[in-house]
Amino acid sequence: MIKENDLILRTTTTLIAFILFGFSIYLFLAGHSAPGGGFIGGLMTSAAILLMYMAYGLKAVSKILPINYQLLIPIGLTIALLTSIGSVFIGEPFLNQTFGYFDLPILGEKELATALLFDLGVYLTVVGVSLTIILTIANDQ
Amino acid sequence: MSDLVKSMDSAVETVSIICIVFISISILMLLYRVIIGPTNPDRAVALDTIGINLMALVGLIAILLETTRLNDVVLLIGILLFIGTIALAKFLEKGVIIDRDLD
Repeated sequence: MIKENDLILRTTTTLIAFILFGFSIYLFLAGHSAPGGGFIGGLMTSAAILLMYMAYGLKAVSKILPINYQLLIPIGLTIALLTSIGSVFIGEPFLNQTFGYFDLPILGEKELATALLFDLGVYLTVVGVSLTIILTIANDQ
Repeated sequence: MSDLVKSMDSAVETVSIICIVFISISILMLLYRVIIGPTNPDRAVALDTIGINLMALVGLIAILLETTRLNDVVLLIGILLFIGTIALAKFLEKGVIIDRDLD
């Protein structure tokens, strides 16, 4: 059998994976007032990591990104739980959120919302769950 | 002048509705190819084309609703379609999607 040559896939992956990571961060930050948010941002991140896995194989990417994806699930759930419970301690309803406008050094006046912290938990959970499912199926012989 | 603008608006609406109808018919015909398709490469190409038609459909609906909020959705469908097409092509060619060790 002739050895397969996936030079095109490998070369485009080096470029496209970065675009996907950037787009996922944009979607994550655009959430809670525009389309986007933690779920779809996490999905994009796992798509980028999956593209790297498809182009370079399991062993090489596990060496580049030595992350235990199963560990991301409890970390994300803990962040989501703590940020949603936090509003109870200051006398607000559960899962309540607030936002304000701040002057940031380079970006100028921007809106910062506490919903972003909750989204971070969702983001980590989605990345952990989807990559755990995909890699478990891929490892099955 | 406002008469012209109004007639242009209604023309854009009519054209986009006609385009949506034809793209929907095209998606239905491609769905037939996905289900019946004699070989697996046929199904892969048909699924890829369904994704392209979905992107066009979302763009046309964005024109019809006069909103820019759907622009991210087009990009998102394109990226997920790209990943899915690569995975299908690699499965058809090699029989495995994620290699264990790729020298």
